[in-house]
Amino acid sequence: MKKDLLGIDDLSADEIYRVLETARAMREIGERPIKKVPTLRGKTVVNLFYEPSTRTRTSFEIAEKRLSADTLNIAVAASSVLKGETLADTAMNIEAMSPDMIVVRHASSGACHLLSRICRSRIINAGDGLHEHPTQALLDAFTIQQHKPDLAGLKVAIVGDLLHSRVLRSNVLLLTKLGARVFVSGPPTLVPRGIEQLGVTVSARIEEAVQDADVVMMLRIQQERMQGGFFPSLREYFTLFGLTEARIRLAKPDVIVMHPGPMNRGVEIASEVADGPYSVILEQVANGVAVRMAVLYLLAGGVEHETAA
Amino acid sequence: MPVVLDAGRIGRTLTRIAHEIVERSRGIDEIAFVGIQRRGVPLARRLATLVREITGTQVPVGALDITLYRDDLMRHSIGAQPVVGQTNITFSIDDKRILLVDDVLYTGRTIRAALDALLEFGRPKSIQLVVLVDRGHRELPIKADYVGKNLPTSLSQSVQVHLVEVDGEDEVEIQE
Amino acid sequence: MKRLLKGARVVDPANGRDGLYDILIDGDRIAQVGANLQAGEGTEVVSIPSNLVITPGLIDMHVHLREPGQEHKETVATGTLSAVVGGFTAVACMPNTSPVNDNAGVTQYILKKAAEAKLARVYPIGAVSIGQKGEQMAELGELKDAGCVAVTDDGHPIRTALLARRALEYTKLFDMPVIEHCEDPSLKGDGVAHEGLVASKLGLRGIPGEAESIMAQRDIALAELTGGRVHIAHMSARQTLDAVRVGKARGANVTCEVAPHHFILTDEMLAAPVPYDTNTKMNPPLRETADRDAMLQGIVDGSVDVIATDHAPHHYDEKHVEFDRAPFGITGLETCVSLCFDRLVHPGLITFSRLIELLSVNPARILRVPGGSITEGAPADLTILAPDLLVKVDAKAMKSRSKNTPFDGWELRGGVAATIVGGRTVYSNPVVGLSI
Repeated sequence: MKKDLLGIDDLSADEIYRVLETARAMREIGERPIKKVPTLRGKTVVNLFYEPSTRTRTSFEIAEKRLSADTLNIAVAASSVLKGETLADTAMNIEAMSPDMIVVRHASSGACHLLSRICRSRIINAGDGLHEHPTQALLDAFTIQQHKPDLAGLKVAIVGDLLHSRVLRSNVLLLTKLGARVFVSGPPTLVPRGIEQLGVTVSARIEEAVQDADVVMMLRIQQERMQGGFFPSLREYFTLFGLTEARIRLAKPDVIVMHPGPMNRGVEIASEVADGPYSVILEQVANGVAVRMAVLYLLAGGVEHETAA
Repeated sequence: MPVVLDAGRIGRTLTRIAHEIVERSRGIDEIAFVGIQRRGVPLARRLATLVREITGTQVPVGALDITLYRDDLMRHSIGAQPVVGQTNITFSIDDKRILLVDDVLYTGRTIRAALDALLEFGRPKSIQLVVLVDRGHRELPIKADYVGKNLPTSLSQSVQVHLVEVDGEDEVEIQE
Repeated sequence: MKRLLKGARVVDPANGRDGLYDILIDGDRIAQVGANLQAGEGTEVVSIPSNLVITPGLIDMHVHLREPGQEHKETVATGTLSAVVGGFTAVACMPNTSPVNDNAGVTQYILKKAAEAKLARVYPIGAVSIGQKGEQMAELGELKDAGCVAVTDDGHPIRTALLARRALEYTKLFDMPVIEHCEDPSLKGDGVAHEGLVASKLGLRGIPGEAESIMAQRDIALAELTGGRVHIAHMSARQTLDAVRVGKARGANVTCEVAPHHFILTDEMLAAPVPYDTNTKMNPPLRETADRDAMLQGIVDGSVDVIATDHAPHHYDEKHVEFDRAPFGITGLETCVSLCFDRLVHPGLITFSRLIELLSVNPARILRVPGGSITEGAPADLTILAPDLLVKVDAKAMKSRSKNTPFDGWELRGGVAATIVGGRTVYSNPVVGLSI
């Protein structure tokens, strides 16, 4: 592993498999009566969150605690960013207290890269702007693997707001590295320019993407996109791109349905699908802890020198 | 590279240990084997099989990975983290007499870690230690209850245990 | 006091010169140009080594000197020092200062500062509209009288087509060009990078090339309608170049400029070597290879009139932030000449003469300012270039108050030996060591 986890882009397929394999061992710890190992005893992990996040922050915090790290949460309100100190100054102040790792969530793409250049601490990207959300993609892959051990050759459909989704970017990078066939679908106003050059197939219609899919991954639609004029109404969005029971029947019989959360029922996904037998949405949450434990553990080791490989 | 135990010797040694375990354990239904990853695990399975052949009773076998409990884990500044193996103990260890199994007993630090790990699964009645080879040089006050072979070594030597399940052959050798 | 520069290669395309000439300077004027001039009584003779070349003073028609109001980024003094180190004898400075250069008072203030600095000549560019707000036209006649050579709302396009039309019509009174920062605000949105694969991968909001070309098409059409002169600033998109070519072919009064970063760099620079380097963030953004290549082609085939740097200094603190929060812009005065030699002249894309047209002749012609040639009686504004000088760009050593350049550490062939403004040597490169 490199010093930091800034994105899936930095990981080789072997490193991804290493994380997934380690996560399997970590998952077992969560099933023990005492869900704690002493691995990161004496290590300090700072969770630096510039965007509100319940799920990701809680997941990281539980992962850190299960590994016995000392954790510290810093939530910076968006309003104070505008008048307060710069990200670089905040980072240097935290750095002065010698943490071992900093988990960062930030609204600006590349914020973690900036911190990586400033800090000696290991930086773990917990979501930067529209760029990447690597631990989400890793937990998604881990969840898929539990149902379909070999990711190579699987057809994975990802549907929703492709333009503003860091989950999409990380998942596309990860899934294509592991040989899955990725189909993406969403309103043409929400398809990033050039995405097909990342090795995915862009389907204008959700039906085409979902047809015979092994995995269907839905992305969250944010209300404010409607005001941005990307599509006329949530109702029309659901009509055209919502994952309904009729649409999920186009997929393979053993399809699994995923969602990174938080879900908008009736906007991107029908409740019957979200709560249906193929839904693994809650497994994703459970797996998030194990995958983040694996990432924390693997990053806590020494840095492999690039020449040594 | 002198071979100190060949496949035959390993088999006979394990059989002897199994007999000793049966002799010394009052109620065989109270005991359970826990092998330390990696080579302690196949050794534990073999011992359980031998015990069944002697007594007709199948005793439970678990696998324990101690990587996350190692005391040297975060000390080296270079190099990747060791691979974490699977821990798999599907039975309750409460009030069991646990036989902890490993291939080589050396500094004792692995056993220390294993004890810490194991005690988080419950409160066994007792824990005893079974090793195929004891090569000496203890750094902690730890002693094996069942030893296949005491092997005096120097610090510069290393003891390699090969088992069919992991390495394709049974053999113990000393390397300089 | 007379000085005779002897034995140099002189490249002076406006006078059809490219050869060995002597130049006699009398005070602040060019007295005589010719082969084997004899030094008269009391004339200082300076022999120019054969590896140096004398050209008319270079003119950068698009710089931001930041004064008044943003002196932490740059001042007229530091900006003009940066200019002469970069070989420029004159710069035209943009009006987006604080306050905006929309009245004679600000123009005079800038000129006063320039006179105090005694380095490069400064030609202020006035605002088209009061406060650059795109509503009411500024007093362009008064700006002209105060010393402005052009008008622009740079930083933004002229807000409405109607105001752009009026400005193009009204400036005909003064024969001033309207310089347009072409960008459709709605298409640009909150974009920070060229809309394409790189921005998609980095999760940066995109600005399509069409945001530029659509506005350029508007302004070229209005130039045709009005007969006014429009100059398209810092062109970056291939579609814009096409629009300019079409406009020129139809006889519109349109000229255009390209900045070195747009004919050298691409948006790949945002991803590597330093991901999200804010010194790769400028507006218009670095575009994709096809655009970069189109800019080069435009320079080669003559469609591009001017190379201008869009020198946009920003303080380190302002750039040392998240990519989307950093201001747009990079410095350019001190890297331009080296980049042009290394990327245009040495690879054989253009001749030395063509380079001087782009950096001197055409800016002088478009702005209707003196210079652009070495002519007897004209002000002695000369640049002495060292085409084969090996230069390693060192941001820390730059004279500009700001160091925001993406070219730091680049090794380039071609540089500046000395800069002479009004007969006075305002810069002599210590590495070359020409005593002049």
